[in-house]
Amino acid sequence: MTTRSLVERAGTFVGLVLVAIIFGLLVGPQFFAPTNLELMARQMAIVSVAAVGMTIVIVSGGIDLSVGSMIALVTVVIAQLLRMGLSPLLAALGGIGTAALCGFVNGVLITQLRVVPFIVTLGTMLVIRGAAKGLGEERRIEAPATWLNDLLRVTRGESFLPSGIWAVIALSVLIALLLRYTRLGRHVFAIGSNERMARLCGVAITRTKVLIYALSAALVGVAGLLQFSKLSVGDPTVAVGLELDVIAAVIIGGGSLLGGRGTVAGTLIGAAIMTVIQIGCSQKGLANWVQQIVTGGIIVAAVALDRIRSRV
Amino acid sequence: MTQPSAAPPRFAMRGIRKAFGATVALDGVELSVSEGEICGLIGQNGAGKSTLMSILSGALLPDAGEMWIDGQPFAPHSPIDARRAGVAMIYQELSLAPHLSVMENIMMGAEPMRFGLVDWPRMREMAKQALGALGHTDISPDATVGSLSVAAQQIVEIARAIAVGSRVLVLDEPTSSLGRADVEHLFDLLRHLKSQGHAIVYISHFIEEVKTVADRFIVLRDGRNAGGDATASATHDDIVALMVGQAVDNLFPRSPRRRGEAILEVSALEPGSASFTLHRGEIFGIAGVLGSGRTHLLRTLFGLEPVRSGRVRIGVYSGVARPHERWMQGMGLLSEDRKEEGLALTLDVADNVTMSKLSPFGPAGLVFPSRQHTAAARWISELAIKCAGPFQKAGELSGGNQQKIAIARLLHHDVDILVLDEPTRGIDVGSKAQIYRLIDALVADAPDHQPRAVLMVSSYLPELLGLCDRIAVMQRGRLGEAVPADSLTEHDLMMAVTGGTAA
Repeated sequence: MTTRSLVERAGTFVGLVLVAIIFGLLVGPQFFAPTNLELMARQMAIVSVAAVGMTIVIVSGGIDLSVGSMIALVTVVIAQLLRMGLSPLLAALGGIGTAALCGFVNGVLITQLRVVPFIVTLGTMLVIRGAAKGLGEERRIEAPATWLNDLLRVTRGESFLPSGIWAVIALSVLIALLLRYTRLGRHVFAIGSNERMARLCGVAITRTKVLIYALSAALVGVAGLLQFSKLSVGDPTVAVGLELDVIAAVIIGGGSLLGGRGTVAGTLIGAAIMTVIQIGCSQKGLANWVQQIVTGGIIVAAVALDRIRSRV
Repeated sequence: MTQPSAAPPRFAMRGIRKAFGATVALDGVELSVSEGEICGLIGQNGAGKSTLMSILSGALLPDAGEMWIDGQPFAPHSPIDARRAGVAMIYQELSLAPHLSVMENIMMGAEPMRFGLVDWPRMREMAKQALGALGHTDISPDATVGSLSVAAQQIVEIARAIAVGSRVLVLDEPTSSLGRADVEHLFDLLRHLKSQGHAIVYISHFIEEVKTVADRFIVLRDGRNAGGDATASATHDDIVALMVGQAVDNLFPRSPRRRGEAILEVSALEPGSASFTLHRGEIFGIAGVLGSGRTHLLRTLFGLEPVRSGRVRIGVYSGVARPHERWMQGMGLLSEDRKEEGLALTLDVADNVTMSKLSPFGPAGLVFPSRQHTAAARWISELAIKCAGPFQKAGELSGGNQQKIAIARLLHHDVDILVLDEPTRGIDVGSKAQIYRLIDALVADAPDHQPRAVLMVSSYLPELLGLCDRIAVMQRGRLGEAVPADSLTEHDLMMAVTGGTAA
């Protein structure tokens, strides 16, 4: 690891510490109380796991705007499957599988139609949102209560973190290892850094890209499962615009929209920064509009940093 | 140019010094060019040419030294300053807007206005005039720049420099992407501009070009003036000696070679109308101008472009294949376009060297970076690649070292057939010599290992003649008969590639 990449990563982490200190001062010491940290971890979980998936896509030089819609579709699918009497495990797998299928279709469209990912997923964002509304008959779908609703809750006597958060941590570690220590991971970087070079080197571009979008979407499926767990209903109108938070987390964490750069650790720090701002603002009693302005400012600042970094 | 005191030179710089930290990039450099003169600037990569040009163009400030234009002090603080003072830079990579028309590009930043709106008829007229002054009425002001040939785009860029009234024109490696005929046209154009009194600085790796087109030349070495003279009174060898600091006697080494088994057989391959056989222990050269289809032929062989008809047999394999299969069959391609295709500049050296074959670095799809770095480190030391280590980004290295990384990939993959497209394009003489030695060693007869086979394309004819055993000429998309290299002279070959009759 070069000194520069250390500095870059440290930069994001310093950003997180600064934001935390600012809100710690504004809100008071209770901001760092275990219960509050756990609240933040829970809030962060959904964006984080989707952002870890998005990291793969962005490192490969792509983008996926349809993740918010996928999350909504997943909550609806899980609710409908539970209503059909499927076991909670099968319902959850059904939801994740649906998301993976959406990602697979995105990947196939991007590689076969040769349309840029931005446009393809802008389209599927609407298509999938529409499908969620159709399947949910344009309303919230109540579902029988199961253990799925407890994924983000701490059950007494168990570990100090909810199982859903453990799952996010495990998946993050897994994807970080995948990007760094597997052939697929190196191919993702190669495609993102220079697709023509990857082709020259015999990388199966089409297959790898389809896999990237499907894998990323499977993680979005997990985000959808956590969203369902938080809501305990299927809601076709949930997570509108969430894709922007997800992309912002990756970019703040050092991912480049030009591809070839990004890390899971950076993305998680990026998601943490956004969460601290959101929770901090609401606990300080700042209005939602202030929170939005601050978050927006951070995103622009992060993209500006991205530009400066890619010039180096 | 022989009236020393009559008028100050159009442009002069003296005592220019620039240091980056402890590295002195330029030290006491002098350069001057008079009205109606072309001055060639020659030097290896890293000799300080680019730093000197950055100072001239206002992108960098010198630590010491002075510059004058027409006797007036000139100290640009930004590229815009320099442009306003009349310095026009034409870089290797053209800076044109491909989607806009020729006239918009020519008049960019100096659009004629009327009532606050763009005066289109006048703009067209001015662009026409600028093109006319260059003798290129064949280029329409309304054409989209992206639809023009590279040569025509270059003319548009020169027309822009003329239209805004430049006094000093600086061309940086202007022929690197031109074919032979276009180079001749460019030279005619430069002579024409010279006769109109323009002062031109011509930077090139090609000594022959400088000798052909420039009146004088200046050689930079290690950031200092190494020498200079009238081009008429220096030989090619003299100039090379100034560049490298010592006489190079054997640029193209030739170890004993023994032609082995046929390893690649191509019959009636279309596109390319190519039929030839490549043997182990042999270097087969393809000569041809840019646009002759030589690169397309190599890409077709490697599976990057579709085969229309014909047969390719590699060892026991035959039929069409994609790059992945070609690598498996023991064939590797070195791309002519290092930046756009050859390398991933934002990735590190280790990834670039090993990307085509990651399988040795771990079981079941795993890649252990330590093993990957060990493999890359071996090639870094064997090819004497100057870098901080396997973890350094490829984009941070010089052109010559980048090229060695691209070649190292073929060696890492241990291919039997090396397909090299312009293996020494845009790199310094020192690296060139190393690459020539390497290519020679690959096909050398050795008792302990099988010699490999090399198929190479080059625009630089001395390189083909110096390295190859057989050479075939590609012209208008058709590959001709292969001829033993020692039966050819450079003159014959030049005639053949440019459409003459010999060879």
